[in-house]
Amino acid sequence: MSQEPNAVARGNGFITRSRWNPYVVGAGIGLLSWAVFAIVNAPLGVSTSVSQWSGLAAEPIMGADRFRANPYWAKHLPKWDYGTLFLIGTFLGALVGAWLSRDLRIEVVPKVWQDRFGSSPTKRLTVAFLGGVLAMYGARMAGGCTSGNGLSGSMQLAVSGWIFFLTMFATGLMTAWLMFGCKCSSCQLSNAESQKDGEK
Amino acid sequence: MTLPITGTGSLALAVVFGFIFGLLLQRGRVADYNVIVNQFRLKDFTVLKVMFTAIVVGGIGVLALHNWGYAAYHIKPANVLGVVLGAGIFGVGMVTYGYCPGTGIAAVATGSIHALVGFAGMLLGGILYALSFPWVKEHILNVAAYGKVRLPDVTGIADWVWFVVLGCIAIVIFIVIERLSPKP
Repeated sequence: MSQEPNAVARGNGFITRSRWNPYVVGAGIGLLSWAVFAIVNAPLGVSTSVSQWSGLAAEPIMGADRFRANPYWAKHLPKWDYGTLFLIGTFLGALVGAWLSRDLRIEVVPKVWQDRFGSSPTKRLTVAFLGGVLAMYGARMAGGCTSGNGLSGSMQLAVSGWIFFLTMFATGLMTAWLMFGCKCSSCQLSNAESQKDGEK
Repeated sequence: MTLPITGTGSLALAVVFGFIFGLLLQRGRVADYNVIVNQFRLKDFTVLKVMFTAIVVGGIGVLALHNWGYAAYHIKPANVLGVVLGAGIFGVGMVTYGYCPGTGIAAVATGSIHALVGFAGMLLGGILYALSFPWVKEHILNVAAYGKVRLPDVTGIADWVWFVVLGCIAIVIFIVIERLSPKP
């Protein structure tokens, strides 16, 4: 049930294999953090740079004067800095990775969503958009996202990092439960019944 | 002694580090909506395996680098109300969007259209935060603000003890997960 279509390994070599062992990937991200801390004196982070670029979208709407008067953007102006180039690198790394393992594919409505909410692109894209709004608003209020707070913060034993990690999992679990229901026997029964109905 | 590389050198390294990060996210399958959402449905523990391993492996190395003088800490302030509210909203956003900001960017690269639409939502979220920032700063970020504190500061328990305990918790959780998950 957790086996999704692209869980199938397409290549045998390490370079072309679709999936690497999650523990190896986790250790790799840990090792990457050592290098980032030691060499460029910065933690891994994503959301600060993304919110920086939201300023670029806002400036023409708000006008330059109001934009510059905002105390948040005064500190986070869009610029080609380390964080932005890190994001470009992330994009390229995932692109090359998916290309080499032949996992590049257009996905509008993912399988888990489709099984629960149907194949309507409008529905999925609307919720994805609103979810993106919430994710970035929350990340900025917390001072970082999964990478800046959850990974970098937690590995430095920062109080903020661990509060973030635990709270995010708690509300994430509740949201998933509200959206998809639970795994308890009554839900599985009703799922089985609806599947039978579908077969008829 | 720290040897931070700045200027053009650090910008080139930014692309290299980002590239490795994006490649690891894609091959770790955490740039996949189904894997992330199934973590929160407790049907697939890939996200927890990746994150917990990264925290323990990364943390031990960063602690050593820090103690030997090769790295400085970068601690975000524990504005407890802000972090709890922000992380709470973030958790809802992560499950509805299906990605976090980093994995969302990686997913756009692999062809996810809904990740791209959600990325536009993230830009709007950033705008809304900047517009509400003066109010948030005054009413939320300064509530229960304890500054840039670390767990060893607050508890008096040494760093290495934390990592021994976290390492043991990780191993126990991983063993339980591997025992319980169905074999393909």
